[in-house]
Amino acid sequence: MRARAGGGYDGIPAWIYAIAAIGAVFVLLPLAAMVVRVDWPNFLTLVTSESSLTALGLSLRTSAASTTACILLGVPMALVLARGTFPGQRLLRSFVLLPLVLPPVVGGIALLYTFGRQGLLGHTLQVAGIQIAFSTTAVVLAQTFVALPFLVLSLEGSLRSAGQRYEAVAATLGARPTTVLRRVTLPLVLPGLASGAVLSFARSLGEFGATLTFAGSLQGVTRTLPLEIYLQRETDPDAAVALSLVLVAIAVLVVGLSYRRPLAALVETRTR
Amino acid sequence: MIGHRFRGTGLILVAILSACLTGCGSTATGAGSTNGGSTGTSSALSGKVSVFAAASLKSTFTKLATEFERVHPGTKVALSFAGSSDLVTQIIAGAPADVFASADAANMDRLVTASLIDGAPANFATNVLTIAVPSANPASVHSFADLAKPGVKVVICASQVPCGAAAKTVEAATGTTLKPVSEESSVTDVLGKVAAGEADAGLVYVTDIRDAGGKVKGIPFDAAAKAVNTYPIATVEGSKNKRLAAAFTALVKGSTGQRILASAGFGKP
Repeated sequence: MRARAGGGYDGIPAWIYAIAAIGAVFVLLPLAAMVVRVDWPNFLTLVTSESSLTALGLSLRTSAASTTACILLGVPMALVLARGTFPGQRLLRSFVLLPLVLPPVVGGIALLYTFGRQGLLGHTLQVAGIQIAFSTTAVVLAQTFVALPFLVLSLEGSLRSAGQRYEAVAATLGARPTTVLRRVTLPLVLPGLASGAVLSFARSLGEFGATLTFAGSLQGVTRTLPLEIYLQRETDPDAAVALSLVLVAIAVLVVGLSYRRPLAALVETRTR
Repeated sequence: MIGHRFRGTGLILVAILSACLTGCGSTATGAGSTNGGSTGTSSALSGKVSVFAAASLKSTFTKLATEFERVHPGTKVALSFAGSSDLVTQIIAGAPADVFASADAANMDRLVTASLIDGAPANFATNVLTIAVPSANPASVHSFADLAKPGVKVVICASQVPCGAAAKTVEAATGTTLKPVSEESSVTDVLGKVAAGEADAGLVYVTDIRDAGGKVKGIPFDAAAKAVNTYPIATVEGSKNKRLAAAFTALVKGSTGQRILASAGFGKP
């Protein structure tokens, strides 16, 4: 596939490369500027302070939890949106993707008026003895809310491009829908699912606005790494920069290592 | 029209006079420039003045800006509100501010240290903490000690920000230890959690209560006097329109400014 696409002539004018280079610099320069500003001699002390480690641990735990929630809810949603037919499907699709374009703080307000004490479900939850406000659960809810569209979008794309030929064959051979889903559909779109999950994880890790609005900020309970950075910036800009770099490093690690392979596989599925 | 103009001229004179008073106190050059301003045509104030002010000054400075533009036709006040430390970071990074009004001395000092303040900052208001509860007061909080009762969900500012430092001072003064459910980065976030009914009580500034409309009730407490926040204002070094900046500062410190600040709940400096 690569040979066909290359073949000596890539069809891209030189000036396109020039503009693309400017774009790349625009993205990379701020990151480089941050690296330059890091107080390297004290870097380790800054990032291993008790509050930093607590925030990092909380961020990783909550992001893992919200990614799991995204997979559990997002896979059925993507299947229904890609394969199902029902009235209002396109409208539902637009609404499901809404958190992608909403400012996170708006998401936070919406969650507050849903799960908050005075919210739509607040009374019901209180009767059931469930306290969401100011808890780690609230952080996971906020992260899931903003990260879910990434998984749905990614998986829906690969479901559409994978086609339904194999499923049809499996069905004619007598496999039940659940068996087809488990044995044929899901293995086929696994790369798309993986890249969607990675994107969701990365988005959860960076979630700030909705968490701040909805969950609050308390060390070890709701203060994730982005919130810790925001707070440290007030008094200790050096610590804020050092922690920002840690977050960038984790993001690069997550996206760079796990996203590249599934993406290549995804492209391959599409061109097949 | 004529009436307006007369009143305007009067205010400008008052403004320039008080600008001179502070200017004279600080540096000789400051005094010289303000004198030059007053001997020139006092009605010649024009152009745009960019005012960076602490978030808690939003409603009062918005009123003051309207007042300023009214008495100085042809001028425009551009307001930027954020946490004081955010504003300091922005000004250090080169944001084009003419006037900076801080919610505490520490943040103003950061700009003074960075040689970004023209002359000496002048204090123009004070603010104290108060207990904020949702209007229904679900946890029946009536005193500072009530905040430490088990089961009361209290939200305060983190100690890194001025309102949180003030809360810590009050805790120490009263010997009460609070166990907050959240330590927010700004006083507006504390107020938001109380107004939404998520928290039973929060520690905010007296002036914040009025900004929240009827959703939040303030419960004053004596120990608040142990942690008084003083608000300084100054012209930013490098301002392109220092005369206009001085005139705005004078309005804030003058009788009009003090009246508007007092009606919002601010104390005298």
